[in-house]
Amino acid sequence: MSDAALNLHRTAHPGKRRFRSATEESAPARIALILIAVGGLLLLVGAPLVAVFAEALVRGWGAAVQSLQSRDAQAAIRLTLLITAIAVPMNAIFGIAAAWFITKFDFRGKAFLITLIDLPFSVSPVVAGLCIVLLFGANSAMGAWLVANGFPIVFAVPGIVLATVFVTFPFVARELIPVMIEQGRSEEEAALTLGASGWRVFRTVTLPNIRWALLYGTLLCTARAMGEFGAVAVVSGKIRGQTATMPITIEMFYNEYLSVAAFSMAALLTGFALLTLMLKTVLELRHADQLAATRRH
Amino acid sequence: MATRAPLIQRTAIPGLGLSAGITLFMLSLVVILPIGALLAKGASFGAAGIWEVVNRPRTWAALWLSFRLSFLAALFNLVFGVILAWVLVRYRFPGKRIIDAAVDLPFALPTAVAGIALTALYAPNGVLGSLAGEIGWKIAYTQWGIWLALVFVGLPFVTRTVQPVIEEIESEVEEASATLGASRAHTMRHVILPMLMPAALTGFALSLARAVGEYGSVIFIAGNIPLRTEIAPLLIVIQLEEYNYNAAAAIGIAMLVISFAMLLAINLIQIWSRRRIGHV
Repeated sequence: MSDAALNLHRTAHPGKRRFRSATEESAPARIALILIAVGGLLLLVGAPLVAVFAEALVRGWGAAVQSLQSRDAQAAIRLTLLITAIAVPMNAIFGIAAAWFITKFDFRGKAFLITLIDLPFSVSPVVAGLCIVLLFGANSAMGAWLVANGFPIVFAVPGIVLATVFVTFPFVARELIPVMIEQGRSEEEAALTLGASGWRVFRTVTLPNIRWALLYGTLLCTARAMGEFGAVAVVSGKIRGQTATMPITIEMFYNEYLSVAAFSMAALLTGFALLTLMLKTVLELRHADQLAATRRH
Repeated sequence: MATRAPLIQRTAIPGLGLSAGITLFMLSLVVILPIGALLAKGASFGAAGIWEVVNRPRTWAALWLSFRLSFLAALFNLVFGVILAWVLVRYRFPGKRIIDAAVDLPFALPTAVAGIALTALYAPNGVLGSLAGEIGWKIAYTQWGIWLALVFVGLPFVTRTVQPVIEEIESEVEEASATLGASRAHTMRHVILPMLMPAALTGFALSLARAVGEYGSVIFIAGNIPLRTEIAPLLIVIQLEEYNYNAAAAIGIAMLVISFAMLLAINLIQIWSRRRIGHV
Protein backbone atom coordinates (compact mmCIF):
# COMPACT_ATOMS: atom_id res chain seq x y z
CA MET A 1 0.00 0.00 0.00
CA SER A 2 1.09 3.56 -0.62
CA ASP A 3 1.02 4.46 3.08
CA ALA A 4 3.50 1.73 3.96
CA ALA A 5 5.73 2.85 1.11
CA LEU A 6 5.51 6.38 2.37
CA ASN A 7 6.58 5.38 5.88
CA LEU A 8 9.61 3.55 4.51
CA HIS A 9 10.45 6.61 2.48
CA ARG A 10 10.21 8.81 5.56
CA THR A 11 12.45 6.65 7.73
CA ALA A 12 15.00 6.35 4.95
CA HIS A 13 15.48 10.12 4.78
CA PRO A 14 14.91 11.31 8.33
CA GLY A 15 16.48 14.74 8.05
CA LYS A 16 15.29 15.76 4.61
CA ARG A 17 12.17 17.64 3.62
CA ARG A 18 9.44 15.11 2.90
CA PHE A 19 8.67 14.80 -0.80
CA ARG A 20 5.25 13.70 -1.87
CA SER A 21 5.18 10.15 -3.15
CA ALA A 22 4.36 9.99 -6.85
CA THR A 23 1.53 7.58 -6.15
CA GLU A 24 -0.27 9.83 -3.72
CA GLU A 25 -2.43 12.91 -4.02
CA SER A 26 -1.17 16.30 -2.80
CA ALA A 27 -2.01 17.16 0.81
CA PRO A 28 -4.66 19.78 -0.10
CA ALA A 29 -6.32 17.28 -2.43
CA ARG A 30 -6.33 14.63 0.28
CA ILE A 31 -7.81 16.97 2.85
CA ALA A 32 -10.44 18.21 0.41
CA LEU A 33 -11.48 14.65 -0.48
CA ILE A 34 -11.66 13.61 3.18
CA LEU A 35 -13.76 16.69 3.98
CA ILE A 36 -16.13 16.00 1.09
CA ALA A 37 -16.51 12.34 2.09
CA VAL A 38 -16.87 12.80 5.84
CA GLY A 39 -18.90 16.02 5.58
CA GLY A 40 -21.24 14.54 3.00
CA LEU A 41 -21.79 11.40 5.04
CA LEU A 42 -22.43 13.38 8.24
CA LEU A 43 -24.95 15.56 6.45
CA LEU A 44 -26.69 12.76 4.56
CA VAL A 45 -26.59 9.97 7.14
CA GLY A 46 -25.52 11.44 10.48
CA ALA A 47 -28.03 14.30 10.54
CA PRO A 48 -31.14 12.10 10.05
CA LEU A 49 -29.83 9.75 12.73
CA VAL A 50 -29.50 12.59 15.24
CA ALA A 51 -32.89 13.98 14.16
CA VAL A 52 -34.67 10.72 15.07
CA PHE A 53 -33.43 10.77 18.67
CA ALA A 54 -33.77 14.56 19.04
CA GLU A 55 -37.40 14.49 17.89
CA ALA A 56 -38.20 11.50 20.11
CA LEU A 57 -36.77 13.19 23.21
CA VAL A 58 -38.06 16.68 22.48
CA ARG A 59 -40.48 16.43 25.42
CA GLY A 60 -38.19 14.39 27.60
CA TRP A 61 -37.35 10.79 28.20
CA GLY A 62 -40.58 10.10 30.12
CA ALA A 63 -42.87 11.20 27.31
CA ALA A 64 -40.95 9.06 24.82
CA VAL A 65 -41.14 5.94 26.98
CA GLN A 66 -44.79 6.58 27.79
CA SER A 67 -45.70 6.89 24.11
CA LEU A 68 -44.28 3.41 23.53
CA GLN A 69 -46.58 2.00 26.21
CA SER A 70 -49.82 2.88 24.45
CA ARG A 71 -51.99 -0.01 23.34
CA ASP A 72 -51.34 0.60 19.63
CA ALA A 73 -47.59 0.87 20.14
CA GLN A 74 -47.46 -2.34 22.18
CA ALA A 75 -49.56 -4.22 19.62
CA ALA A 76 -47.26 -2.98 16.84
CA ILE A 77 -44.12 -4.08 18.66
CA ARG A 78 -45.60 -7.53 19.34
CA LEU A 79 -46.72 -7.89 15.71
CA THR A 80 -43.33 -6.89 14.30
CA LEU A 81 -41.58 -9.37 16.60
CA LEU A 82 -44.03 -12.10 15.55
CA ILE A 83 -43.58 -11.39 11.82
CA THR A 84 -39.80 -11.33 12.21
CA ALA A 85 -39.83 -14.57 14.22
CA ILE A 86 -41.71 -16.32 11.40
CA ALA A 87 -40.19 -14.69 8.31
CA VAL A 88 -36.51 -14.85 9.26
CA PRO A 89 -36.39 -18.62 10.03
CA MET A 90 -38.35 -19.27 6.83
CA ASN A 91 -35.74 -17.33 4.92
CA ALA A 92 -32.85 -19.00 6.70
CA ILE A 93 -34.23 -22.46 5.89
CA PHE A 94 -34.83 -21.43 2.29
CA GLY A 95 -31.35 -19.92 2.06
CA ILE A 96 -29.66 -23.06 3.36
CA ALA A 97 -31.73 -25.33 1.10
CA ALA A 98 -31.16 -23.16 -1.97
CA ALA A 99 -27.42 -22.88 -1.32
CA TRP A 100 -27.16 -26.65 -0.81
CA PHE A 101 -29.15 -27.36 -3.98
CA ILE A 102 -27.16 -24.87 -6.06
CA THR A 103 -23.66 -25.64 -4.79
CA LYS A 104 -23.77 -29.41 -4.19
CA PHE A 105 -25.44 -30.47 -7.44
CA ASP A 106 -24.97 -29.79 -11.12
CA PHE A 107 -28.06 -29.09 -13.14
CA ARG A 108 -29.20 -27.10 -16.11
CA GLY A 109 -30.73 -23.70 -15.55
CA LYS A 110 -28.67 -22.91 -12.45
CA ALA A 111 -27.93 -19.35 -13.55
CA PHE A 112 -31.63 -18.79 -14.21
CA LEU A 113 -32.50 -20.11 -10.76
CA ILE A 114 -30.01 -17.70 -9.14
CA THR A 115 -31.49 -14.83 -11.15
CA LEU A 116 -34.97 -15.76 -9.88
CA ILE A 117 -33.71 -15.81 -6.28
CA ASP A 118 -32.15 -12.35 -6.79
CA LEU A 119 -35.27 -11.00 -8.47
CA PRO A 120 -37.00 -9.61 -5.34
CA PHE A 121 -34.14 -7.11 -4.88
CA SER A 122 -34.97 -5.45 -8.16
CA VAL A 123 -38.74 -5.41 -7.69
CA SER A 124 -40.27 -2.41 -5.95
CA PRO A 125 -41.65 -3.42 -2.51
CA VAL A 126 -44.94 -1.82 -3.51
CA VAL A 127 -45.11 -4.02 -6.62
CA ALA A 128 -44.29 -7.03 -4.43
CA GLY A 129 -47.23 -6.17 -2.19
CA LEU A 130 -49.42 -5.67 -5.25
CA CYS A 131 -48.50 -9.14 -6.56
CA ILE A 132 -49.48 -10.75 -3.27
CA VAL A 133 -52.78 -8.83 -3.20
CA LEU A 134 -53.55 -9.97 -6.76
CA LEU A 135 -52.76 -13.62 -5.95
CA PHE A 136 -54.35 -13.95 -2.51
CA GLY A 137 -56.70 -10.95 -2.30
CA ALA A 138 -60.43 -11.53 -1.77
CA ASN A 139 -61.17 -10.73 -5.43
CA SER A 140 -58.95 -13.56 -6.75
CA ALA A 141 -60.19 -17.14 -6.99
CA MET A 142 -57.68 -18.50 -4.48
CA GLY A 143 -58.14 -15.57 -2.12
CA ALA A 144 -61.94 -15.91 -2.11
CA TRP A 145 -61.66 -19.62 -1.34
CA LEU A 146 -59.17 -18.98 1.47
CA VAL A 147 -61.34 -16.26 3.01
CA ALA A 148 -64.40 -18.52 2.81
CA ASN A 149 -62.45 -21.20 4.68
CA GLY A 150 -61.42 -18.84 7.46
CA PHE A 151 -57.81 -18.36 6.42
CA PRO A 152 -57.48 -14.86 4.97
CA ILE A 153 -53.99 -13.96 3.77
CA VAL A 154 -54.28 -10.37 2.59
CA PHE A 155 -55.05 -7.82 5.36
CA ALA A 156 -53.90 -10.47 7.86
CA VAL A 157 -50.68 -11.80 9.37
CA PRO A 158 -49.91 -14.46 6.67
CA GLY A 159 -49.89 -11.75 3.98
CA ILE A 160 -47.49 -9.60 5.99
CA VAL A 161 -45.23 -12.63 6.47
CA LEU A 162 -45.32 -13.38 2.72
CA ALA A 163 -44.53 -9.76 1.85
CA THR A 164 -41.66 -9.73 4.36
CA VAL A 165 -40.24 -13.00 3.04
CA PHE A 166 -40.46 -11.61 -0.51
CA VAL A 167 -38.46 -8.44 0.17
CA THR A 168 -35.83 -10.30 2.23
CA PHE A 169 -35.76 -13.37 -0.02
CA PRO A 170 -32.18 -13.30 -1.35
CA PHE A 171 -30.35 -12.24 1.85
CA VAL A 172 -29.33 -15.63 3.29
CA ALA A 173 -29.00 -17.50 -0.02
CA ARG A 174 -26.81 -14.77 -1.52
CA GLU A 175 -24.50 -14.85 1.47
CA LEU A 176 -24.20 -18.64 1.58
CA ILE A 177 -23.83 -19.48 -2.13
CA PRO A 178 -20.40 -17.83 -2.70
CA VAL A 179 -19.04 -19.25 0.58
CA MET A 180 -20.21 -22.77 -0.24
CA ILE A 181 -18.91 -22.57 -3.83
CA GLU A 182 -15.50 -21.59 -2.48
CA GLN A 183 -15.47 -24.47 -0.01
CA GLY A 184 -16.34 -27.06 -2.65
CA ARG A 185 -17.73 -30.52 -2.03
CA SER A 186 -14.67 -32.56 -1.06
CA GLU A 187 -15.10 -32.27 2.73
CA GLU A 188 -18.71 -33.45 2.55
CA GLU A 189 -17.74 -36.26 0.16
CA ALA A 190 -14.97 -37.41 2.51
CA ALA A 191 -17.38 -37.50 5.46
CA LEU A 192 -19.89 -39.48 3.40
CA THR A 193 -17.20 -41.97 2.38
CA LEU A 194 -16.44 -42.45 6.07
CA GLY A 195 -20.05 -43.47 6.57
CA ALA A 196 -21.66 -40.34 8.01
CA SER A 197 -25.36 -39.80 7.31
CA GLY A 198 -26.51 -36.80 5.26
CA TRP A 199 -27.76 -34.89 8.32
CA ARG A 200 -24.59 -35.62 10.22
CA VAL A 201 -22.50 -34.30 7.33
CA PHE A 202 -24.58 -31.13 7.26
CA ARG A 203 -24.39 -30.56 11.01
CA THR A 204 -20.75 -31.44 11.60
CA VAL A 205 -19.07 -30.53 8.31
CA THR A 206 -21.08 -27.94 6.39
CA LEU A 207 -22.64 -25.93 9.19
CA PRO A 208 -19.36 -25.08 11.00
CA ASN A 209 -18.00 -23.82 7.67
CA ILE A 210 -20.95 -21.57 6.90
CA ARG A 211 -22.09 -20.49 10.37
CA TRP A 212 -20.69 -16.94 10.23
CA ALA A 213 -22.00 -16.36 6.73
CA LEU A 214 -25.36 -17.75 7.87
CA LEU A 215 -25.39 -15.42 10.87
CA TYR A 216 -24.41 -12.49 8.67
CA GLY A 217 -27.18 -13.16 6.16
CA THR A 218 -29.72 -13.72 8.94
CA LEU A 219 -28.71 -10.44 10.57
CA LEU A 220 -29.27 -8.43 7.37
CA CYS A 221 -32.52 -10.31 6.82
CA THR A 222 -33.74 -9.49 10.35
CA ALA A 223 -32.98 -5.79 10.01
CA ARG A 224 -34.88 -5.55 6.75
CA ALA A 225 -37.75 -7.73 8.02
CA MET A 226 -38.36 -5.48 11.03
CA GLY A 227 -38.22 -2.31 8.96
CA GLU A 228 -40.10 -3.22 5.80
CA PHE A 229 -42.68 -0.60 4.93
CA GLY A 230 -43.77 -0.48 1.28
CA ALA A 231 -44.73 -4.13 0.75
CA VAL A 232 -46.36 -4.40 4.18
CA ALA A 233 -48.26 -1.13 3.68
CA VAL A 234 -49.94 -2.65 0.62
CA VAL A 235 -50.86 -6.08 2.03
CA SER A 236 -51.59 -5.25 5.66
CA GLY A 237 -54.65 -3.06 5.24
CA LYS A 238 -53.20 -1.03 8.16
CA ILE A 239 -55.76 -2.25 10.69
CA ARG A 240 -54.92 -0.58 14.00
CA GLY A 241 -53.93 -3.04 16.70
CA GLN A 242 -54.17 -5.98 14.28
CA THR A 243 -52.07 -5.63 11.13
CA ALA A 244 -50.14 -2.43 11.87
CA THR A 245 -46.45 -3.30 12.22
CA MET A 246 -43.96 -0.89 13.80
CA PRO A 247 -43.14 0.97 10.54
CA ILE A 248 -46.85 1.20 9.65
CA THR A 249 -47.60 2.51 13.14
CA ILE A 250 -44.87 5.14 12.72
CA GLU A 251 -46.72 6.37 9.64
CA MET A 252 -50.07 6.39 11.51
CA PHE A 253 -48.67 8.32 14.47
CA TYR A 254 -46.88 10.73 12.14
CA ASN A 255 -50.01 11.44 10.09
CA GLU A 256 -51.96 12.03 13.32
CA TYR A 257 -49.34 14.61 14.39
CA LEU A 258 -48.29 12.38 17.31
CA SER A 259 -44.70 13.36 16.63
CA VAL A 260 -43.16 12.11 19.88
CA ALA A 261 -44.88 8.73 19.53
CA ALA A 262 -43.81 8.39 15.89
CA PHE A 263 -40.20 9.32 16.56
CA SER A 264 -39.99 7.23 19.74
CA MET A 265 -40.97 4.15 17.80
CA ALA A 266 -38.59 5.25 15.03
CA ALA A 267 -35.85 5.58 17.67
CA LEU A 268 -36.54 2.03 18.82
CA LEU A 269 -36.11 0.73 15.26
CA THR A 270 -33.05 2.97 14.79
CA GLY A 271 -31.53 1.49 17.94
CA PHE A 272 -32.00 -1.91 16.42
CA ALA A 273 -30.47 -0.77 13.12
CA LEU A 274 -27.41 0.55 14.98
CA LEU A 275 -27.09 -2.74 16.85
CA THR A 276 -27.28 -4.58 13.53
CA LEU A 277 -24.51 -2.39 12.09
CA MET A 278 -22.33 -3.02 15.14
CA LEU A 279 -22.77 -6.79 14.98
CA LYS A 280 -22.21 -6.69 11.23
CA THR A 281 -18.98 -4.72 11.66
CA VAL A 282 -17.77 -7.14 14.35
CA LEU A 283 -18.52 -10.10 12.06
CA GLU A 284 -16.68 -8.40 9.18
CA LEU A 285 -13.62 -7.74 11.35
CA ARG A 286 -13.45 -11.13 13.05
CA HIS A 287 -14.60 -13.47 10.32
CA ALA A 288 -13.86 -11.64 7.07
CA ASP A 289 -12.30 -14.80 5.63
CA GLN A 290 -15.52 -16.72 6.09
CA LEU A 291 -17.74 -14.05 4.58
CA ALA A 292 -17.08 -14.29 0.86
CA ALA A 293 -19.67 -11.71 -0.06
CA THR A 294 -18.80 -9.26 2.70
CA ARG A 295 -18.53 -6.23 0.53
CA ARG A 296 -20.98 -7.03 -2.22
CA HIS A 297 -24.59 -5.98 -2.31
CA MET B 1 -22.58 -29.79 -31.24
CA ALA B 2 -21.96 -31.37 -27.87
CA THR B 3 -24.58 -33.72 -26.47
CA ARG B 4 -26.89 -32.09 -23.98
CA ALA B 5 -25.97 -32.61 -20.34
CA PRO B 6 -28.60 -34.45 -18.30
CA LEU B 7 -31.00 -32.20 -16.41
CA ILE B 8 -29.40 -33.10 -13.10
CA GLN B 9 -26.11 -34.92 -12.77
CA ARG B 10 -26.10 -37.49 -9.97
CA THR B 11 -23.53 -36.94 -7.24
CA ALA B 12 -22.77 -38.86 -4.06
CA ILE B 13 -24.08 -36.04 -1.90
CA PRO B 14 -27.54 -36.65 -0.40
CA GLY B 15 -30.34 -34.15 0.09
CA LEU B 16 -31.11 -33.45 -3.55
CA GLY B 17 -34.84 -34.04 -3.19
CA LEU B 18 -35.17 -32.14 0.07
CA SER B 19 -33.11 -29.09 -0.89
CA ALA B 20 -34.60 -28.87 -4.39
CA GLY B 21 -38.08 -29.32 -2.91
CA ILE B 22 -37.74 -26.53 -0.33
CA THR B 23 -36.07 -24.22 -2.86
CA LEU B 24 -38.65 -24.66 -5.57
CA PHE B 25 -41.61 -24.61 -3.16
CA MET B 26 -40.52 -21.35 -1.54
CA LEU B 27 -39.53 -19.79 -4.85
CA SER B 28 -42.94 -20.65 -6.30
CA LEU B 29 -44.95 -19.51 -3.29
CA VAL B 30 -43.08 -16.28 -2.65
CA VAL B 31 -41.78 -15.12 -6.03
CA ILE B 32 -43.08 -17.00 -9.07
CA LEU B 33 -46.80 -17.30 -8.22
CA PRO B 34 -47.26 -13.68 -7.02
CA ILE B 35 -45.36 -12.22 -9.99
CA GLY B 36 -47.24 -14.66 -12.23
CA ALA B 37 -50.52 -13.33 -10.79
CA LEU B 38 -49.49 -9.80 -11.75
CA LEU B 39 -48.52 -10.85 -15.27
CA ALA B 40 -51.73 -12.87 -15.64
CA LYS B 41 -53.71 -9.83 -14.57
CA GLY B 42 -51.88 -7.81 -17.19
CA ALA B 43 -52.51 -10.48 -19.87
CA SER B 44 -56.22 -10.45 -19.04
CA PHE B 45 -56.58 -6.90 -20.25
CA GLY B 46 -53.74 -6.99 -22.76
CA ALA B 47 -51.10 -4.57 -23.94
CA ALA B 48 -53.74 -2.12 -25.15
CA GLY B 49 -55.35 -2.10 -21.71
CA ILE B 50 -52.00 -1.51 -19.99
CA TRP B 51 -51.18 1.27 -22.44
CA GLU B 52 -54.55 2.88 -21.80
CA VAL B 53 -53.67 3.20 -18.07
CA VAL B 54 -50.03 4.15 -18.56
CA ASN B 55 -50.88 6.71 -21.22
CA ARG B 56 -52.64 9.07 -18.82
CA PRO B 57 -51.03 12.38 -17.90
CA ARG B 58 -50.94 11.49 -14.20
CA THR B 59 -49.26 8.09 -14.79
CA TRP B 60 -46.75 9.55 -17.25
CA ALA B 61 -45.95 12.33 -14.82
CA ALA B 62 -45.37 9.83 -11.98
CA LEU B 63 -43.22 7.46 -14.07
CA TRP B 64 -41.19 10.34 -15.55
CA LEU B 65 -40.70 11.85 -12.09
CA SER B 66 -39.64 8.51 -10.56
CA PHE B 67 -37.13 7.70 -13.28
CA ARG B 68 -35.73 11.21 -13.70
CA LEU B 69 -35.13 11.77 -9.98
CA SER B 70 -33.84 8.21 -9.50
CA PHE B 71 -31.34 8.80 -12.30
CA LEU B 72 -30.21 12.11 -10.82
CA ALA B 73 -29.93 10.58 -7.33
CA ALA B 74 -27.93 7.61 -8.67
CA LEU B 75 -25.70 10.04 -10.57
CA PHE B 76 -24.92 11.91 -7.35
CA ASN B 77 -24.29 8.60 -5.58
CA LEU B 78 -21.95 7.55 -8.40
CA VAL B 79 -19.67 10.55 -7.90
CA PHE B 80 -19.96 10.74 -4.13
CA GLY B 81 -19.71 6.95 -3.75
CA VAL B 82 -16.42 6.77 -5.68
CA ILE B 83 -14.92 9.63 -3.61
CA LEU B 84 -16.11 7.98 -0.40
CA ALA B 85 -14.71 4.58 -1.40
CA TRP B 86 -11.36 6.14 -2.34
CA VAL B 87 -11.10 8.04 0.95
CA LEU B 88 -12.06 4.96 2.99
CA VAL B 89 -9.53 2.67 1.31
CA ARG B 90 -6.57 4.99 0.75
CA TYR B 91 -6.51 7.56 3.54
CA ARG B 92 -6.11 7.34 7.28
CA PHE B 93 -8.02 9.73 9.50
CA PRO B 94 -9.61 9.61 12.95
CA GLY B 95 -13.02 7.97 13.08
CA LYS B 96 -12.49 6.15 9.81
CA ARG B 97 -13.88 2.85 11.08
CA ILE B 98 -17.09 4.49 12.29
CA ILE B 99 -17.47 6.32 8.98
CA ASP B 100 -16.98 3.04 7.14
CA ALA B 101 -19.67 1.32 9.21
CA ALA B 102 -21.99 4.33 8.87
CA VAL B 103 -22.01 3.93 5.08
CA ASP B 104 -24.34 0.94 5.54
CA LEU B 105 -26.81 2.81 7.73
CA PRO B 106 -29.23 3.49 4.85
CA PHE B 107 -29.43 -0.30 4.33
CA ALA B 108 -30.11 -0.97 8.01
CA LEU B 109 -32.43 1.93 8.78
CA PRO B 110 -36.12 1.26 8.02
CA THR B 111 -37.29 3.44 5.15
CA ALA B 112 -40.21 4.92 7.12
CA VAL B 113 -37.75 6.05 9.79
CA ALA B 114 -35.51 7.65 7.17
CA GLY B 115 -38.58 9.30 5.66
CA ILE B 116 -39.82 11.02 8.81
CA ALA B 117 -36.27 11.92 9.92
CA LEU B 118 -35.43 13.61 6.60
CA THR B 119 -38.78 15.40 6.64
CA ALA B 120 -38.19 16.67 10.19
CA LEU B 121 -34.77 18.00 9.11
CA TYR B 122 -35.70 19.57 5.79
CA ALA B 123 -39.25 20.79 6.43
CA PRO B 124 -39.53 24.61 6.37
CA ASN B 125 -39.43 24.65 10.19
CA GLY B 126 -36.72 21.97 10.43
CA VAL B 127 -33.07 22.60 11.32
CA LEU B 128 -31.70 22.36 7.78
CA GLY B 129 -34.94 23.29 6.04
CA SER B 130 -35.06 26.68 7.74
CA LEU B 131 -31.42 27.31 6.80
CA ALA B 132 -32.20 26.52 3.17
CA GLY B 133 -35.36 28.61 3.41
CA GLU B 134 -33.32 31.70 4.16
CA ILE B 135 -31.87 31.59 0.66
CA GLY B 136 -35.30 30.76 -0.74
CA TRP B 137 -34.54 27.08 -1.26
CA LYS B 138 -37.49 24.82 -0.46
CA ILE B 139 -36.46 21.17 -0.02
CA ALA B 140 -39.19 19.15 1.72
CA TYR B 141 -42.47 18.81 -0.21
CA THR B 142 -40.68 19.57 -3.50
CA GLN B 143 -38.76 17.42 -5.99
CA TRP B 144 -35.57 18.29 -4.08
CA GLY B 145 -36.95 16.39 -1.11
CA ILE B 146 -37.66 13.31 -3.22
CA TRP B 147 -34.18 13.51 -4.72
CA LEU B 148 -32.64 13.74 -1.25
CA ALA B 149 -34.56 10.69 0.02
CA LEU B 150 -33.48 8.71 -3.07
CA VAL B 151 -29.86 9.76 -2.54
CA PHE B 152 -30.15 8.47 1.03
CA VAL B 153 -31.51 5.02 0.19
CA GLY B 154 -29.03 4.47 -2.66
CA LEU B 155 -25.98 5.86 -0.90
CA PRO B 156 -24.12 2.63 0.01
CA PHE B 157 -24.29 0.84 -3.35
CA VAL B 158 -21.49 2.52 -5.32
CA THR B 159 -19.14 2.70 -2.32
CA ARG B 160 -19.61 -0.99 -1.56
CA THR B 161 -19.08 -2.14 -5.15
CA VAL B 162 -16.04 0.10 -5.71
CA GLN B 163 -14.22 -0.44 -2.38
CA PRO B 164 -13.01 -4.00 -3.12
CA VAL B 165 -11.75 -2.91 -6.56
CA ILE B 166 -9.67 -0.08 -5.08
CA GLU B 167 -8.26 -2.53 -2.53
CA GLU B 168 -7.14 -4.80 -5.36
CA ILE B 169 -5.36 -2.15 -7.48
CA GLU B 170 -1.70 -3.09 -7.68
CA SER B 171 0.56 -0.23 -6.64
CA GLU B 172 2.82 -1.11 -9.60
CA VAL B 173 0.18 0.25 -11.96
CA GLU B 174 0.24 3.67 -10.34
CA GLU B 175 4.03 3.57 -10.03
CA ALA B 176 4.41 2.72 -13.71
CA SER B 177 2.15 5.61 -14.65
CA ALA B 178 4.13 8.01 -12.44
CA THR B 179 7.46 6.72 -13.77
CA LEU B 180 6.29 7.41 -17.31
CA GLY B 181 5.82 11.03 -16.32
CA ALA B 182 2.11 11.23 -15.67
CA SER B 183 0.95 13.73 -13.09
CA ARG B 184 -1.16 12.38 -10.23
CA ALA B 185 -4.29 13.94 -11.73
CA HIS B 186 -3.49 12.35 -15.08
CA THR B 187 -2.98 8.93 -13.44
CA MET B 188 -6.28 9.32 -11.61
CA ARG B 189 -8.19 10.20 -14.75
CA HIS B 190 -6.60 7.86 -17.24
CA VAL B 191 -5.48 4.88 -15.12
CA ILE B 192 -7.46 4.59 -11.91
CA LEU B 193 -10.93 5.85 -12.84
CA PRO B 194 -11.20 3.54 -15.90
CA MET B 195 -10.39 0.61 -13.59
CA LEU B 196 -13.13 1.64 -11.16
CA MET B 197 -15.73 2.42 -13.80
CA PRO B 198 -17.26 -1.07 -14.32
CA ALA B 199 -17.83 -1.59 -10.58
CA ALA B 200 -19.02 1.99 -10.17
CA LEU B 201 -21.53 1.49 -12.98
CA THR B 202 -22.78 -1.69 -11.33
CA GLY B 203 -23.31 0.29 -8.13
CA PHE B 204 -24.97 3.05 -10.15
CA ALA B 205 -27.43 0.58 -11.69
CA LEU B 206 -28.22 -0.98 -8.29
CA SER B 207 -28.75 2.46 -6.79
CA LEU B 208 -30.98 3.42 -9.70
CA ALA B 209 -33.08 0.25 -9.44
CA ARG B 210 -33.49 0.74 -5.71
CA ALA B 211 -34.51 4.38 -6.11
CA VAL B 212 -37.11 3.68 -8.79
CA GLY B 213 -39.01 1.30 -6.52
CA GLU B 214 -38.52 3.27 -3.31
CA TYR B 215 -41.66 4.20 -1.41
CA GLY B 216 -41.25 4.47 2.38
CA SER B 217 -38.61 7.16 2.61
CA VAL B 218 -40.11 9.27 -0.19
CA ILE B 219 -43.81 9.61 0.65
CA PHE B 220 -43.24 11.60 3.85
CA ILE B 221 -41.00 14.21 2.28
CA ALA B 222 -42.58 14.34 -1.18
CA GLY B 223 -45.77 16.27 -0.49
CA ASN B 224 -47.46 13.88 -2.97
CA ILE B 225 -49.06 16.47 -5.23
CA PRO B 226 -50.42 14.80 -8.40
CA LEU B 227 -48.47 15.67 -11.57
CA ARG B 228 -45.73 17.36 -9.50
CA THR B 229 -44.41 15.32 -6.58
CA GLU B 230 -46.26 12.00 -6.94
CA ILE B 231 -43.97 9.00 -7.52
CA ALA B 232 -44.99 5.88 -9.46
CA PRO B 233 -45.09 3.47 -6.47
CA LEU B 234 -47.41 5.89 -4.65
CA LEU B 235 -49.72 5.89 -7.64
CA ILE B 236 -49.98 2.09 -7.34
CA VAL B 237 -50.88 2.40 -3.66
CA ILE B 238 -53.52 5.05 -4.46
CA GLN B 239 -55.09 2.83 -7.15
CA LEU B 240 -55.15 -0.12 -4.72
CA GLU B 241 -56.80 1.96 -2.02
CA GLU B 242 -59.53 2.78 -4.53
CA TYR B 243 -59.84 -0.96 -5.32
CA ASN B 244 -58.78 -0.15 -8.86
CA TYR B 245 -56.82 -3.39 -9.27
CA ASN B 246 -56.50 -3.21 -13.06
CA ALA B 247 -54.91 0.23 -13.04
CA ALA B 248 -52.59 -0.76 -10.17
CA ALA B 249 -51.55 -3.91 -12.07
CA ALA B 250 -50.92 -1.93 -15.27
CA ILE B 251 -48.58 0.53 -13.52
CA GLY B 252 -47.00 -2.38 -11.63
CA ILE B 253 -46.25 -4.18 -14.90
CA ALA B 254 -44.81 -1.04 -16.45
CA MET B 255 -42.47 -0.76 -13.45
CA LEU B 256 -41.66 -4.48 -13.50
CA VAL B 257 -40.70 -4.34 -17.18
CA ILE B 258 -38.38 -1.44 -16.44
CA SER B 259 -36.91 -3.31 -13.43
CA PHE B 260 -36.27 -6.36 -15.61
CA ALA B 261 -34.50 -4.17 -18.14
CA MET B 262 -32.33 -2.82 -15.33
CA LEU B 263 -31.49 -6.29 -14.00
CA LEU B 264 -30.47 -7.23 -17.52
CA ALA B 265 -28.36 -4.08 -17.79
CA ILE B 266 -26.65 -4.86 -14.47
CA ASN B 267 -25.81 -8.37 -15.66
CA LEU B 268 -24.51 -7.08 -19.00
CA ILE B 269 -22.36 -4.49 -17.21
CA GLN B 270 -20.93 -7.21 -14.99
CA ILE B 271 -20.12 -9.47 -17.95
CA TRP B 272 -18.59 -6.53 -19.80
CA SER B 273 -16.49 -5.45 -16.82
CA ARG B 274 -15.32 -9.00 -16.14
CA ARG B 275 -14.16 -9.31 -19.74
CA ARG B 276 -12.45 -5.96 -19.64
CA ILE B 277 -10.45 -6.07 -16.43
CA GLY B 278 -10.78 -9.63 -15.24
CA HIS B 279 -12.75 -8.98 -12.05
CA VAL B 280 -15.87 -7.17 -10.89
